[in-house]
Amino acid sequence: MNTPAEFSTLMIGVFAILITATVIARLIKARTGTTELVENLIARINAWWGMVALLAISMVAGKTGVVILFALISFAALREFLTLTTKRRADHYALLVSFFIVLPLQYILIWTNWYGMYSIFIPVYVFLLLPIVAVLRGDTENFLVRIAETQWGLMICVFAASHVPALIMLEIPGFEGKNVLLIAFLVVTVQISDVLQYVWGKLLGKRKIAPKLSPSKTWEGFLGGVLSASLIGAGLWWMTPFTPLQAFTLALMCTLLGFFGGLVMSAIKRDKGVKDWGHLIAGHGGFVDRLDSVVFSAPIFFHVVRYFWSAV
Amino acid sequence: MFDYKKHLLAPLTGSAITLFARLVTAVRGVWEGCEPVARQRVYFANHGSNGDFVLVWTVLPPALRAQTRPVAGSDYWLNTPLKAFVGRDVFRAVLIDRNPETRTLDPVGQMAEALQQGDSLILFPEGTRNTGDDLLLPFKPGLFHLAQKCPDVDLVPTWIDNLTSVMPKGEVIPVPLLCSVTFGEPLRIRDGEEKLEFITRAEDALRALGQEVQS
Repeated sequence: MNTPAEFSTLMIGVFAILITATVIARLIKARTGTTELVENLIARINAWWGMVALLAISMVAGKTGVVILFALISFAALREFLTLTTKRRADHYALLVSFFIVLPLQYILIWTNWYGMYSIFIPVYVFLLLPIVAVLRGDTENFLVRIAETQWGLMICVFAASHVPALIMLEIPGFEGKNVLLIAFLVVTVQISDVLQYVWGKLLGKRKIAPKLSPSKTWEGFLGGVLSASLIGAGLWWMTPFTPLQAFTLALMCTLLGFFGGLVMSAIKRDKGVKDWGHLIAGHGGFVDRLDSVVFSAPIFFHVVRYFWSAV
Repeated sequence: MFDYKKHLLAPLTGSAITLFARLVTAVRGVWEGCEPVARQRVYFANHGSNGDFVLVWTVLPPALRAQTRPVAGSDYWLNTPLKAFVGRDVFRAVLIDRNPETRTLDPVGQMAEALQQGDSLILFPEGTRNTGDDLLLPFKPGLFHLAQKCPDVDLVPTWIDNLTSVMPKGEVIPVPLLCSVTFGEPLRIRDGEEKLEFITRAEDALRALGQEVQS
């Protein structure tokens, strides 16, 4: 699959931002010396280089590349999520089925573009069949909590995440062969919103927006980040099937979903008594920490685009 | 002649096993009470799964890994040729006979000998896998006798977290979940310290580390 010309333009822009960020971080370090804040900033930017490189390579590889990348991301995310859920020895088979049958099958369904099945496989079939696997071991302690938390993990880390590569299969008249740009649009706007919320919050943040859930989030960061990221989304209209106003509206929807998704995942972390989901992405925490906003926006973005723009 | 088994097959198998451990558990070493430096040590850890020493071995930097040997039961590790290869050649385990009736070598003597050769050890003082709800089983006296014989070696309490959920006793396929190995502050036997006193102190140190990791 050949990547569209717009993809190269976008990548030049992304690299320009990353280079600028890297240079600024080095300048701050030269001025203030080694502080925890600047070390964390540099670690975050370095991780961004890695994430951008991986995403770009998978997109150049096309449909199969993106499906494999997100299957691996789902694996890493599910591993983090299920580490924190309630489970007992009796759940061993249910957990094995989740990792080694449900997860690959969902991505195979995505790859074969069987919309009618991948949309209901986890919400219907797995929802009903997995508790049966668990109940056969006869352990009733915390049973509802165990099966509910496992199902929730699968919905977030596998079902919702798999809607990112599913965007490649939408059939939009006049946009054939360019669907990879829909993924780029979603990921760039949502992630840049996270970054800009952090930047606005650090620069102007005063009023806490959700002190109990996420003490570092402020109204200034939220409004500044979501609005500026939505404007950037509007500015990316040329690589999408949308008009500038449509692109702005969709970007606003995705960044809002991403923000509230972050709050939901923070609430779960607080509930489970941890600060981060994992440790594999230096400076960011775990995969779930970095992807919570994408995961919360991807399925709704997918269905809205499918409903209003897709031919089938 | 080039010993391909020792110089090629064993290191490759070792790398494959640590890679597998990382893929399943993304294991992370937390050096809380000491640094990962080349000092002679006995890492004494909680024991819940057959994969325990693999995790400790995986998080050690390669240079330390090459000088660290697990202490394991010969009844388990010698009963098939494959396990014997992995136990002897890959991990260079100090294999001890856990049955006092049949053994011809003194286990503490075997461990002390490994220490005298300059190696470090990974030891599970509970003696068997803990499958109950208690954090730790009572320690066997081996750690005390070893400490008496080699009083200058640092004893590092080592907490292996979450591996029992990855592979509960009796299960064959591991569930991928995050694990960590936390190294606490080293302790040594004191002059004239009694067996009970020392064992209690070592147990308490490991239990406190475990409670801290789990909270």
